[in-house]
Amino acid sequence: MIGSVCVTQSPVSPSFLLHFRTAEPLEYHRSFLKENCRPDGRELSEFRTTTLNIGSISTADGSALVKVGNTTVICGIKAELANPTVEAPGKGYIVPNVDLPPLCSSRFRPGPPGEQAQAASQFIADVIESSEVIQTEDLCIERGKLCWVLYCDMMCLDYDGNVLDACVVALLAALKNTQLPEVTVNTETCTPGVTLEKRHGLRINKHPVATSFCIFDDSILIVDPTAEEESLATAQLTVVTDEEDRLYSLHKPGGTSLSGQKLQECISRATARQREIQKLINKVIHSVKTAQ
Amino acid sequence: MEVCGSSNVSLREFGCEQSLLSRPDGSASFIQGDTSVLAGVYGPAEVKVSKEIYDRATLEVLIQPKVGLPSVRERSQEQCVRETCEASLLLSLHPRSSLTLILQVLHDDGSLLSCALNAACMALMDAGLPMSCLFCGVTCAIDTDGQIITDPTAAQEKESRALMTFAIDSTERRVLMSSTKGSFTVHELQQCIAVSQKASEKIFQFYRDSVRRRYSKTLE
Repeated sequence: MIGSVCVTQSPVSPSFLLHFRTAEPLEYHRSFLKENCRPDGRELSEFRTTTLNIGSISTADGSALVKVGNTTVICGIKAELANPTVEAPGKGYIVPNVDLPPLCSSRFRPGPPGEQAQAASQFIADVIESSEVIQTEDLCIERGKLCWVLYCDMMCLDYDGNVLDACVVALLAALKNTQLPEVTVNTETCTPGVTLEKRHGLRINKHPVATSFCIFDDSILIVDPTAEEESLATAQLTVVTDEEDRLYSLHKPGGTSLSGQKLQECISRATARQREIQKLINKVIHSVKTAQ
Repeated sequence: MEVCGSSNVSLREFGCEQSLLSRPDGSASFIQGDTSVLAGVYGPAEVKVSKEIYDRATLEVLIQPKVGLPSVRERSQEQCVRETCEASLLLSLHPRSSLTLILQVLHDDGSLLSCALNAACMALMDAGLPMSCLFCGVTCAIDTDGQIITDPTAAQEKESRALMTFAIDSTERRVLMSSTKGSFTVHELQQCIAVSQKASEKIFQFYRDSVRRRYSKTLE
């Protein structure tokens, strides 16, 4: 009987399903996975609908809003002028930050960022550094004197799982949307002059896209987990890849082990996802351009 | 240091000492070349109500750097170590209790995360906590020529193009944890996993030897 809940015309009453889900969430999910589908009607390797809006924050230098199912992440990029560090005088820098405020889910408490938010920030910083999505040399205005700092703030507005994927898409789209004003350095007074009317975009070298998976009962692999699936899963895994099929991160913080064959499955799914997202970003940017 | 392709994988000299601290329920120090980590385990003990889990023990991992306060990097490493330990420990045998694992970095000369994992596993063993399998950490670096170096030093890490750390379990030699930096191809990833699995054999043999040496006196 449990196995048949997947079928649209189910013989069980809706209230029974609701109680079943609350009382035995793991059994409830298993009964769907046995039939190779998931409670929200998706197949195991199917993503939720991803929507993208760019330039949502007019006061930021670049911004994007991403929705993956119910999960919503907004990214704003703020550019500031600063002195380059002594170790890298010819480079600017990028400071990412992921915020998981109490607004987005009851699991987050107010106060300093928790472990998950800090781990997510570190993950995004590692992806930026590994993929060299932007050459930090491009952010240098005058060697040893002046450079741009890009503060990339990602905030989750609605937490329904898979926040890493949404953050990476939001970051990439916001970077593509970023327009930096032109800066000229006055040679006599050594003061920078900013021309706000003249702006130019950033050079994006790579298009890294993250794809997250959950492992259920040590063997079943599902893509794009919801918050409920994340909490019931035995392990999580995130793969970051770009258009040239290079890998930038295989992030598996722990949990049950994974065979080589399953890993290969994850990587090929991630490659397909990268193509979908890149197409989506290009389409949205194109539509914004034609609307202007 | 070792180059991929040949049959024997070389690791730096490693050593370990168990139950060297008197207060914790289990402790161990693990040394890989010049990298050294000290681990202490407390528990099972009483748990704070806010952190209580009704069907298993709550595991907390703290990584203390040699200088300064723990930062975002340590938090992300803590997450990796904690979830690896959670996968191997049988936490459901101690519901509503707390386990605390403290990892003090004594010296960092590369492969820090793998050394922390090894120290953690030895300390958990010393505490006598029930586990479904053991685990060990192996770090691989890919240098600019595309060669794989296992257990790199800090200088080799700096020069490398990609750096990967895996936790391998002792029963099936599969990957429990993976944390990477830099860019690499699928083929390189698979090579690194294979090399790490080979290197794990040596570490597990070392675990076995050191535990046998330790208990041989008490058993006779």
